[in-house]
Amino acid sequence: MHPQFVDYAIIAIYFIFVLGIGFALRGRMKTTDDFFLSGRSIPGWITGLAFMSANLGALEVMGHAANAAKYGMFVNHFYWLAAMPAMCFVGVFMMPFYYGSKVRSVPEFLKRRYDEKTRTLNALSFAVMTLLVSGVDLYAMAILFQRLLNWPFWSSVVASALVVAIYIYLGGLTSSIYNEVLQFFLIVFGFLPLAILGLKAVGGFAGLQAKLPNAGYAHTWANIWSADMNPMGINWFGTIFGLGFVLSFGYWCTDFLVIQRGLAAKDMPAAQRTPLIAAVPKMFFPLMVILPGLVAIALDPTTKEMLGGRYDNALPAMLGKFYPSGLLGIGLTALMASFMSGMAGNVTAFNTVWTFDIYQTHINPGKPDRHYLMMGKLATVFAVAVGILTAFIVLQFNNLMDYLQLLFAFFNAPLFGTFLLGMFWKRTSAHSGFWGLLSGILAAAAHYAMYHFKIITYPSDMAANFYQAIVAFVVCFVVTVVVTLFTEPRKEEELVGLVYSLTPKPRNQDLPWYERPGILAVGILGLCVVLNIIFW
Amino acid sequence: MGLDIRLPIGIIFSVYGLILIVFGLSTNPAIFERSLNVNIDLWWGAAMLVFGVFMGGLALRASRQNRP
Repeated sequence: MHPQFVDYAIIAIYFIFVLGIGFALRGRMKTTDDFFLSGRSIPGWITGLAFMSANLGALEVMGHAANAAKYGMFVNHFYWLAAMPAMCFVGVFMMPFYYGSKVRSVPEFLKRRYDEKTRTLNALSFAVMTLLVSGVDLYAMAILFQRLLNWPFWSSVVASALVVAIYIYLGGLTSSIYNEVLQFFLIVFGFLPLAILGLKAVGGFAGLQAKLPNAGYAHTWANIWSADMNPMGINWFGTIFGLGFVLSFGYWCTDFLVIQRGLAAKDMPAAQRTPLIAAVPKMFFPLMVILPGLVAIALDPTTKEMLGGRYDNALPAMLGKFYPSGLLGIGLTALMASFMSGMAGNVTAFNTVWTFDIYQTHINPGKPDRHYLMMGKLATVFAVAVGILTAFIVLQFNNLMDYLQLLFAFFNAPLFGTFLLGMFWKRTSAHSGFWGLLSGILAAAAHYAMYHFKIITYPSDMAANFYQAIVAFVVCFVVTVVVTLFTEPRKEEELVGLVYSLTPKPRNQDLPWYERPGILAVGILGLCVVLNIIFW
Repeated sequence: MGLDIRLPIGIIFSVYGLILIVFGLSTNPAIFERSLNVNIDLWWGAAMLVFGVFMGGLALRASRQNRP
């Protein structure tokens, strides 16, 4: 790498702006509603871009570029098969319950629909998962800057964590969301030239296809029908059911990190549009992360010259190869922005769940609002401190993506079973949620232990994660149904606003057609089918 | 809401755009060998400047409409 003064100046300006947004908002954080929910006042396009950006952490940007170099266009499934239908589903069908029931967090919804113990189990597992994940973003950034620029690992960890802590401490969720919108545009402008220059270097799309190490790399679907034919070693069932259904719906529909952005929206249509607006840029993100990964492997099929033997280097190596000083500063800023937006998303989700679902519920109930506001700010500092510690733990793992998908397979996959039954089957009883969720998590743990000790084997770690998610989901689903059949159902009048068949549907007739969630969702899915066919 | 996020976005993109344009015009053209002999700083700087001015313009228009 070859950064000059101009590149450092560009990075410094970025730091000034993110902190400045925090300072500009500090006067307005008067109640817990302001701090944790942005006073439910933000327009849909802002919450939508923040929804997208909170997901754009280390996993997304470096991880998928690395996967594209390793597995080829198969990775498109993470976008077009997995994310798109789940994002449309949460916007059209689930947001009315989350937003309409006025809950402040996902665990709080579980309390209303099931009972206290279900909420507590979910709150605890979510808090642990979030802290573990937040270290990943820090780790990825620090290791990158160590490798590229020789900055010491721990100095960039502490510096960037401090910036995130300050802007959330000052401005709460609003500060996080506003910064995520800024970060979103920086990420787009920072990585788009990579796609343009990369394609030019290999001679357009046709040139890229000719240079890929094997023809299967240029296809999304063509090699899915048997596990031997694709590099990830997963057949159509594992891909469609494991990734496309369980893991993706589990993540997009229940992970409070993204749902929280929708809860901050100013009204119901804006809340419903949040994931739909996010889906539009998400659909085109393969251009910015998968394409550079493919170009990297096409230019360096042995991975020895440019990539230094590591797929994780794909994106940073491409930045170093194609970006001259000036643009390099923008590219490095984009990387930093993506890591910070991912980390900030985790921190705001953690401080909310900790304050409302654990502290206020079990440790110290009945205090004035000011007390909980202070606790939220303290939890922000605590979460960042633990994130720094986690960054040093992650240093022991060798593949980020496997680490993250493993965590999701543990905690998100069973949770989707609990939500699906809770929202769409009114008979589901109060007790069943807890037992279903607990057995789902235990089943995931048992599956992981069997895989770890080689009692069962899969062709790749990613395949193991997909099947672990399937196991966790199915066990949670079945146990919830069985327990329900042996326990008392809840009274119907208690479930209004929480269950689909007992809740009046949102009336969107007076909205113009381009603001109606259903029409937007159909349009997005239609476009997505076209993309799948083009890149078959 | 008080703070219109389009304003800081407009400012930072305009500043970045101007920096890239000035740097792209004044630096030794040899550095653009890595970007396939395209003065990418100049062109991308111009794109960022246009985006920044557009966002800033939206923010200013909105603030004018809110003032009676």
